[in-house]
Amino acid sequence: MSKLVASIAEAIKASGLKDGMTVSFHHHLRNGDYVLNAVMAEVARLGIKDITINASSLFDCHAPLIDHIKNGVVTGLECAYMGGRIGRAVTEGLLERPVVFRSHGGRPADIESGHSHIDVAFIAAPTSDNMGNCTGKRGPSACGSLGYAFADAQHADRVVVLTDNLVPYPLSDFSISETCVDFVVEMEQIGDPTGIVSGTTRITRDPVGLVMADYAAQVIRHSGLLTDGFSFQTGAGGASLAAAGYLKDIMLKEQITGSFAMGGITSYLVDMLECGCFETLMDVQCFDLGAVESLRQNPRHREVTAAHYASPTAKSAIVDNLDVVILGATEIDTGFNVNVHTDSEGYIMGGSGGHSDTAAGAKLTMIIAPLVRARLPIISEKVLCTTTPGHTVDVLVTQRGIAVNPAKPELKARLKEAGLPIADIEELYRLAIDMTGVPQAIKRGDRVVADVRYRDGSIIDRIYQIAK
Amino acid sequence: MLRSMLFLPGNNPNMLLNGDVLGADGVILDLEDAVAPDDKDAARILVRNALTSLDYSRVEVIVRINAIDHTGFWEQDLEEIIPLRPDRIMPTKVQDADYVKTVAQKIDEIERRHGLPEGEVKLIPLIETALGLENAFSIAAAHPRVTAIFLGAEDLTADLRSARTKESGEIAYARGRMVAAARAAGVDVYDTPFTDVNDDEGLIADARTAKALGFSGKAAISPRHVGGINQVFSPSEDEIHYAHEVLQAIEEAKAQGKGAISLYGKMIDAPIVQRARQVLDMAEAIRGGKSR
Repeated sequence: MSKLVASIAEAIKASGLKDGMTVSFHHHLRNGDYVLNAVMAEVARLGIKDITINASSLFDCHAPLIDHIKNGVVTGLECAYMGGRIGRAVTEGLLERPVVFRSHGGRPADIESGHSHIDVAFIAAPTSDNMGNCTGKRGPSACGSLGYAFADAQHADRVVVLTDNLVPYPLSDFSISETCVDFVVEMEQIGDPTGIVSGTTRITRDPVGLVMADYAAQVIRHSGLLTDGFSFQTGAGGASLAAAGYLKDIMLKEQITGSFAMGGITSYLVDMLECGCFETLMDVQCFDLGAVESLRQNPRHREVTAAHYASPTAKSAIVDNLDVVILGATEIDTGFNVNVHTDSEGYIMGGSGGHSDTAAGAKLTMIIAPLVRARLPIISEKVLCTTTPGHTVDVLVTQRGIAVNPAKPELKARLKEAGLPIADIEELYRLAIDMTGVPQAIKRGDRVVADVRYRDGSIIDRIYQIAK
Repeated sequence: MLRSMLFLPGNNPNMLLNGDVLGADGVILDLEDAVAPDDKDAARILVRNALTSLDYSRVEVIVRINAIDHTGFWEQDLEEIIPLRPDRIMPTKVQDADYVKTVAQKIDEIERRHGLPEGEVKLIPLIETALGLENAFSIAAAHPRVTAIFLGAEDLTADLRSARTKESGEIAYARGRMVAAARAAGVDVYDTPFTDVNDDEGLIADARTAKALGFSGKAAISPRHVGGINQVFSPSEDEIHYAHEVLQAIEEAKAQGKGAISLYGKMIDAPIVQRARQVLDMAEAIRGGKSR
């Protein structure tokens, strides 16, 4: 028996995809993904219309979607993150129906509960056998973890695996099992390796970033959480990585062994694992080749599903045991609400990803951002879009001071006692606008172009159209 | 008292905007070598605007001006900058005492014209030529505005026709001479920057050499070096503890009417007491004042 079909078109036909249905994709191939575009080109060629795409994230490489939307092939988008190219078109009113933004944890929760039904899941797999046992750990397009694809594989009505590295049955170290898979398609290439994972992720050399990273590490050190068993997540941004670097020095010096680091995994976290800073890495997504290699080789580096990572409806999720998370922000307001969905002009250029999930779960949620970025203050009186509610955010670290959420007086006292430059967020706001002035208000229309769902499914904010 | 002075190119808005948060005790806003001749006026305007609108109260502000030459840039620099009352001006390629007096005279005149307190802006002459080095003491003692002298090894070694090496044997004489000149004149003395941005260990070794020779502090061309310099030029916990013990022993000896006393079997004489006071002054300056 074999589930191999000759082409993407054959797989689409065999899956029974029809007008009005929902298809899904994962984003582990990131900005190097060929699969979404290849599948949607065939969907269009077959004359299928009115498709909703539920992708864990959409990147600039998926810009051909803009034409599919204009031609009526695609009429709905659901995702946890949207890159700036599609984001701009959407914000200008490209789609009739508002985009549905979920968090990385909210997405699998809604898929499992049936709130978000997937008719056909298309799963890019860097290695698969002919029955659909597949993995991201090996193959010319290796991306490491396939964490975001599990919910799709388990709950879609039909599942198509697409691979450019077909191996003899059975693939022993599969991630997603054949029990979920209906069809397998062999493609020449599922992605551009240079866009899938960067060769290396780099610590920032920007001196301001290093100042913030040092403060961030000191906040962790004096938070009372940095003891044996400590757990940690950080993004792949330059300052966040630098903070991890400083944290590593502190942990080694003070001989602290953490339980796990979580998240998008980079070589820096792999290094911390290998140095003994952590017992385990929990990996929903690999950010660089070092992480992919480690996931393949090191049994203490575990691939986990998006639901295990962050689902609010799972019986438990890893974020619930997280001590500290370091996150970024495009904007934060004096109530500590954070926006990572829109840019300063109100255009979509991101999304929660795991932002709101980890903030909700972690004991200490820290935002790192420079006080002024591209001549604009990072702090406002009210964010243009709330991605992550202020009651889940504890600390803002800038190069000119550290603001602690007033709901955490004990933490504030600890950090003050440690001699860190603590300031009220209103003080930092004033400091910023003293330098930049108050930015002009954004003129936005009345039409909603996106609903931002919080991880519990409620609509936490809406994004409005901005005229061209 | 400065441990570290960080160079910030006068034509780099981002560095000027954030220069005061990078950990240095002082910042040197540079109108000289970091700025190409065609950009001199732009940098001067940018530095002027930075001093007008930004809050540099956390650091000491030093402005490095152009050397006295036919371009007249140095006078334009002073005309723009002095009214903004920086802490110090760093004249460059200073050859002798007259050079310092010429700069000081120009500052006198600008201060008078603008109704500013006379003598407020101090000088930290940059000595970076063989002639300047041989005149180091007379430069350091040339004018009450001079509060420190600063060694520039890159230009100096070019003038000396010696190779510039990481080991810095070629500037051993210059360093020793600068320290002696400064101390004889009763002013501070700052060491040349370490130029390999990626060599943290080399920086620490170089700073330790300078500290051992008697330098007050050291300049940095990269923010990456600031932490290491501050660490080397800060008194250690042990040094502070010992200094307290010395002063306590002296107090006790006085109370008991004793003349000579010893601590841990070592005679406590005047130089040891003086050093203990310097250590505690430095520790106090780092904790409280502008030197964080």
